[in-house]
Amino acid sequence: MTAQATVSPAVPPAPPPAVRRRPRERLPRFVLPVVGVAVAAGLYLVFRGTATLPHDDGAAPFLFLNDVRDWVDDNRNENPLFLYLINYLRLGIGGLFDAVSAGLHALPWPALIALTAAAGWLAGGRRVALVAGLGFASFGVLGVFAASVDTLALTLTAVLLSLLVGLPLGVWAGRSRRVRRLITPALDVMQIMPTFAYLGPMVLFFQIGPASATVATMIYSIPPAIRITALAVEQVSPTAIEASVSLGATRWQTLRKVHLPMARRTITLAVNQTIMMALSMVVIAALIAAPGLGSDIIRGLSRANVGVMLPAGLAIVFMGIALDRLVMATAAPRSPRRSRYGAAGVLAAAGIGLSFVLPAEYPESWEWRIGPPVDDAVRWMQSAWYDVTEAIKNIATEGLLNPLQNLLTSSPWWLVALAVLVLAWRVSGAVPAFTALGCLLAVALLGLWEHSMETLTTVLVAVVLTLLAGLALGVAAARHPRYAALQRPLLDAAQTMPAFIYLLPALALFGTTRFTAVFASVVYAVPPVVRLVEDGIKGVPQTVVEAALSSGSTTRQLLWKVQFPMARRAILLAANQGIVMTLAMVVVGGLVGAGGLGFDVVSGFSQSSDFGMGFAAGAATVLLGIMLDRITQGAERRPSPQQQKMRIA
Amino acid sequence: MLEETVEAARQVPDPAARPSGSTAIDVRGLWKIFGPRADRVLNGPDIHLDPNALLEKTGCTAAVRDVTFEVRAGEMFVVMGLSGSGKSTLVRCLTRLIEPTAGKIHIAGEDVCSASPAALRELRRHRVSMVFQHFGLLPHRRVVDNVAYGLEIQRVPKAERHRRAEEILSLVGLAGHAQSYPDQLSGGMQQRVGLARALAVDPQVMLFDEPFSALDPLIRRDMQAEVVRLHRDVGKTMVFITHDLSEALKLGQRIAIMRDGAVVQLGTPEELVAAPADDYVADFVRDVAKSEVLSLRWICRTPAENEHLDGPVMNAETIIKDAVPAVLGSARPIRVVEGGSLVGVVDRLDILAAMAARPERPRPGSRSRS
Repeated sequence: MTAQATVSPAVPPAPPPAVRRRPRERLPRFVLPVVGVAVAAGLYLVFRGTATLPHDDGAAPFLFLNDVRDWVDDNRNENPLFLYLINYLRLGIGGLFDAVSAGLHALPWPALIALTAAAGWLAGGRRVALVAGLGFASFGVLGVFAASVDTLALTLTAVLLSLLVGLPLGVWAGRSRRVRRLITPALDVMQIMPTFAYLGPMVLFFQIGPASATVATMIYSIPPAIRITALAVEQVSPTAIEASVSLGATRWQTLRKVHLPMARRTITLAVNQTIMMALSMVVIAALIAAPGLGSDIIRGLSRANVGVMLPAGLAIVFMGIALDRLVMATAAPRSPRRSRYGAAGVLAAAGIGLSFVLPAEYPESWEWRIGPPVDDAVRWMQSAWYDVTEAIKNIATEGLLNPLQNLLTSSPWWLVALAVLVLAWRVSGAVPAFTALGCLLAVALLGLWEHSMETLTTVLVAVVLTLLAGLALGVAAARHPRYAALQRPLLDAAQTMPAFIYLLPALALFGTTRFTAVFASVVYAVPPVVRLVEDGIKGVPQTVVEAALSSGSTTRQLLWKVQFPMARRAILLAANQGIVMTLAMVVVGGLVGAGGLGFDVVSGFSQSSDFGMGFAAGAATVLLGIMLDRITQGAERRPSPQQQKMRIA
Repeated sequence: MLEETVEAARQVPDPAARPSGSTAIDVRGLWKIFGPRADRVLNGPDIHLDPNALLEKTGCTAAVRDVTFEVRAGEMFVVMGLSGSGKSTLVRCLTRLIEPTAGKIHIAGEDVCSASPAALRELRRHRVSMVFQHFGLLPHRRVVDNVAYGLEIQRVPKAERHRRAEEILSLVGLAGHAQSYPDQLSGGMQQRVGLARALAVDPQVMLFDEPFSALDPLIRRDMQAEVVRLHRDVGKTMVFITHDLSEALKLGQRIAIMRDGAVVQLGTPEELVAAPADDYVADFVRDVAKSEVLSLRWICRTPAENEHLDGPVMNAETIIKDAVPAVLGSARPIRVVEGGSLVGVVDRLDILAAMAARPERPRPGSRSRS
């Protein structure tokens, strides 16, 4: 490389005259940020410890929310809003869940497994049948068959309702730009809301139980249904639509014969995403008394007992894989369906036949109790690797978490607010900056400043680690196709798994500490970041890369001078995604010792007197999410400095 | 006296005045303005600004500017222009796939602009069909169902529309591919499917929106020949949009050249090449091999006094290139006749000069022999 450099002496010696002509020297780019940091540091040193907002369990907003809850409980059967609308909704949704659940429970277990396998055969042939059948059979083997059927019923109910609302809305949004513009902000908010935040209002309006769990799950799973459907319909080739219209098709004919068939594959993806989102939410909904596997998982998490939650966790993962394969198989173009009816029919009949022979309940002797051996393994791991895990945990806690948390909680609130305002303004512009500031102030008014700062600390540390790991892995994958091929299936698997699954290994390794949440969120958020970075770098046009290489760039120069700048949008989007996902995970991490807002939310459901605090904490997580999103999302929307210069020129 | 005849022969009669069939499409004063408050711009003073200034000032683009033309029944009418000249917008306005801002359109006597949605659908279903640049095939349907799509829209029973589709498929040379899916066919074959789909509804008028510009040159040539053959066999009125001058010259009976939304010249291929209306058109046709487009009419001259008027006789409509064997076979100049009377003569030097394709227009009368 050095040889190359010496061989090329023809480097132009003088800078081009255009640069010289500039009369005023501009300040170097790093001056402003450095001055800003210095000013903030000075202010911090002077005002440290003043104007802090320490936590108080009896803060006024909490008490007020408790009163609201009491009022709602007292008037649930008198107030017309409840009497004529919400109660009926609750009854209707609850009834639907009961019906689905009763239907699934009425099937003997061999019949349910065989019918699923038959559906798999019908959709995609032998392999899909095998995956679907084995996936459902695993519920029995893991000893959680009944709970799995409950979870399945809840998921199906929520998915059914989500699709019923989401698909038509998606099609509408795909065909009308106005509708799209109208619903996009709502979807944005729904998607950056950490899952815990829905639960409080659900309990308030729908009480605890399957109905509120279904609605909470719907809120979580409906955005992809709408968004992906809209995208699918929007992307239908305009020429095909024009051709249809030019032949005199009515709107309805074009919709039915062109839009929907051409968007079918992507719409299937929307259905699939909806199911996956619902599956990860039904677990969290166990906090508000959703039946099924979630309660085992929540119990295991809160007791730091991996053996209790692992069977349930695995059952959910297998259910996810089975449903994923089943649904995606239906998206395959023009499969020879007819030949499969026979095999599927035989499978279904065999299952139903078997259910008369086999015992009605899944026999216990066929179960494989993995709890005790897993507990042993975890105990062994914890003692054997104690030194390593302790060291990692302590370095992260002492080196990163504690100093940052001290800094944030001992700073005056106005200094933090000022820092957020300046940062957001610099990165994203004025409007997002004031939105972010407003969110932060609202958090303070909710009485949750200190806990929010604790959560923010965890999020920041996790985000930094996520981005470092994500960039490294993404660049590696973009550069080495063989490594990318190795990594891709892992990323695929990681992205279809429900969020809380990541708490399992974290819990097993690190017990209940703040670092557990950090570790889990890094593992959770890295895959999408890696993928976005990889795609962004690979998306740089080949001709540009060739041009850079042919002018003698080293790989490093190529990366820093060509690929990173051109993949800027993708990388910023990755950062944004990483932050939102990390926040969601850190909040859930409240269950395993992360403290902060997540813990407040959980205790709000377990202790009646903490309801107000839990409710407020849920709202605070939303506000934090919006704040972080606004700070970073603007960077992606704003044109790069180069573009700005070009526009002025 | 002969001098006058030569001049008269060069005056090609106005094609619209030729009594060759009724009017299939009649477009009068058509405007299409994209952008906010198009109506106000249309009636305001800004409308005469050049495109960039108009966009700057009003945010509007006049894609079609005051276009008027007629297409006769059975004619092959070509609209040619560079990208952005408004030709695709123009053809979409004809069936209101794009709503025109102002103007009148009549297709087979029916007023398209005031047609109700139902009447418009009827027009699109039965009378006018279109072939698209990017084919617009439905990837989830077999070829036969793509071709039958227009009939399906009209609720023609399945057996009937499949029978018709098979018929059309063999007409465009795709018999045996009915059960394939579009993505299993090559680009040229896909466009044949597009052609078949447009033909299947048995329209009176076919619109082609740059149908071959996405194809390889060789395949494009085949498809052009195919269209010429179809035009001859089925005798439909065709409006063909292209940005390729050689395609326009090859296919068009008359060609309208568009620039910035307006028609700058409308005429036969010969007229465009021999007498461009302005520098823009002249620039376009500069590289055309004139001997392949122009007829003897454009190069014949008054015979010199001592010339023998007993050479071979050829019609004034004969393309220059086709006169080569005759002029080589005889030492005498060719006598060019039209309607039985002599309009001038052409000798080897005249033909050679025309074939050398000099950039300036051939001006037979003023040329001196040295």
